[in-house]
Amino acid sequence: MSKGFEPKIYYRTAFPMDSEGRFLVPPALSRTEFMGRILNYLIMALIVIWGLAGLQFKGIMQTAAATVESFGRAFIQPDFSYLLDTTMDGLPWALLETISIAVAGTFVSALLSLPFALMASENLVGPRVAAWGKTIITAIRTFPELILALLFISVVGPGASAGILALGVHSIGMLGKLFSEAIEAMDMGPKEALESCGGRPMEVLTRAILPQVSPELISFTLYRFEINMRAAATLGLVGAGGIGAPLIFAINGRQWPRAAIIILVLVITVILIDNLSAAIRKRLISGR
Amino acid sequence: MSDRIIVPPPKRLGQTLGILTVILVIVASAIFARFNIIEVILGLQRGGRILARMFPLPGWFGPLMETLQMAVTGTFWGALLAFPIAILSARNIVDVPWIRVPLRFFLNILRTIPAMVFAAMFVAIFGIGNFSGVIALVIFSFGLVAKLLFESIEAIDEGQVEALRSLGADTLTVIRYAVLPQILPQYISYTLYAFEINVRSAAVLGYVGAGGIGQLFERALAWRRFHEVGELVIVSFVVVLFLDFFSAKVRRSLI
Repeated sequence: MSKGFEPKIYYRTAFPMDSEGRFLVPPALSRTEFMGRILNYLIMALIVIWGLAGLQFKGIMQTAAATVESFGRAFIQPDFSYLLDTTMDGLPWALLETISIAVAGTFVSALLSLPFALMASENLVGPRVAAWGKTIITAIRTFPELILALLFISVVGPGASAGILALGVHSIGMLGKLFSEAIEAMDMGPKEALESCGGRPMEVLTRAILPQVSPELISFTLYRFEINMRAAATLGLVGAGGIGAPLIFAINGRQWPRAAIIILVLVITVILIDNLSAAIRKRLISGR
Repeated sequence: MSDRIIVPPPKRLGQTLGILTVILVIVASAIFARFNIIEVILGLQRGGRILARMFPLPGWFGPLMETLQMAVTGTFWGALLAFPIAILSARNIVDVPWIRVPLRFFLNILRTIPAMVFAAMFVAIFGIGNFSGVIALVIFSFGLVAKLLFESIEAIDEGQVEALRSLGADTLTVIRYAVLPQILPQYISYTLYAFEINVRSAAVLGYVGAGGIGQLFERALAWRRFHEVGELVIVSFVVVLFLDFFSAKVRRSLI
């Protein structure tokens, strides 16, 4: 696409300038390239205009100024009593529940992803089976989390278990894809060596494949844990446990001091967890 | 011996007369039949109405289009806003710590708050409707694209920047001719990535009253009409699958 901007040309001509010291433009495009580019921009512009046309701006609510004001004030004086409430209705309990949903959900999905990933790896099962495996993984990925949560709520009732199951199944969509990409990029030598010595499939898996890809697998799992931490915060919306339910109730009930303390605690927790897991991932990849 | 091909000169007069006669016949028959192009254009709407009644669009079509429009608008403006902020927070282009550090902190905070929570807050300000959802998506894609973009700006090849600087180029010229060409493929790729996520989250934003197909989901579930839920799941599945395929194709053509 950006054929006119090849760095090679810059190096060769060392930025041609005209007599007034202005930089000359990159080489001109051919007519078909030019028309193609104009057409691309036109289509882009049309899509953007089409998107804007669907926007219904009904003006700001009459209470908006008051809302923003009380929202701002809430951040100066958040509801600390909620933070210090150590019963089951308090913030610490909801936060712990959110974290445990994310941890357990990620663990479940890491286990479940492995067979799907093996099935989607072209170098293990051949292109035809791998295409099916990839399609299944994509299908799982596109199934909305919240709908999954609703399904599992009808199975295990409202609560954290539904959230864990929903995250566990939904994360297969991403983890399976990343795992299979890692497996496809691995060195096939150990696997072939084991197979030629008569190793059984399970032995090949545990002694040749997993040892090679496990740092990447753990790193991807941690990354997914960061995402699940955020997702667990919204699952409460449909009754699947965690911090989401009190947050949405507080926002819908315009209890801004309570919403403020939940958002503050959520932001701090997520940033802490992100930094922790990023540090672990960096260590894993650098191999120390 | 020349390799020129000799073409007989065209019979100009006969040709022109022929074309004129044909045009005349067409125009004359149109006038004779009292054909009026303006009437056709004015009447098109009625024809469209009849067609719509002959082939009724399913109930999910409108909300689905609304969801896509929300995702497009949210991604576009978010990604557009992200570019200047990414430039400002990249260490190697504009090295001003008191701009960079607060900006990065701000981006970090933006990314920790789920789009759903933003949508719920904007519903309190802008009222129920897709505008609140779009603003939430703009903020989300802004945070995501800006973060990824400044990281790839910091990873660019410094040689081109230095070459331009040594020739006395100002920062804007450096950005235009050394930074932008290097990061453009990544920029578009990140925008597409944000778009994929936005389509999925736009589909559930309706839960908090922020427009799109999520409202249908919520209504169907509340009334326990599970066949409708299934229909919606299949529709959104097909759309997301198609968009993933499309953006993978665009991305591959970039790299």
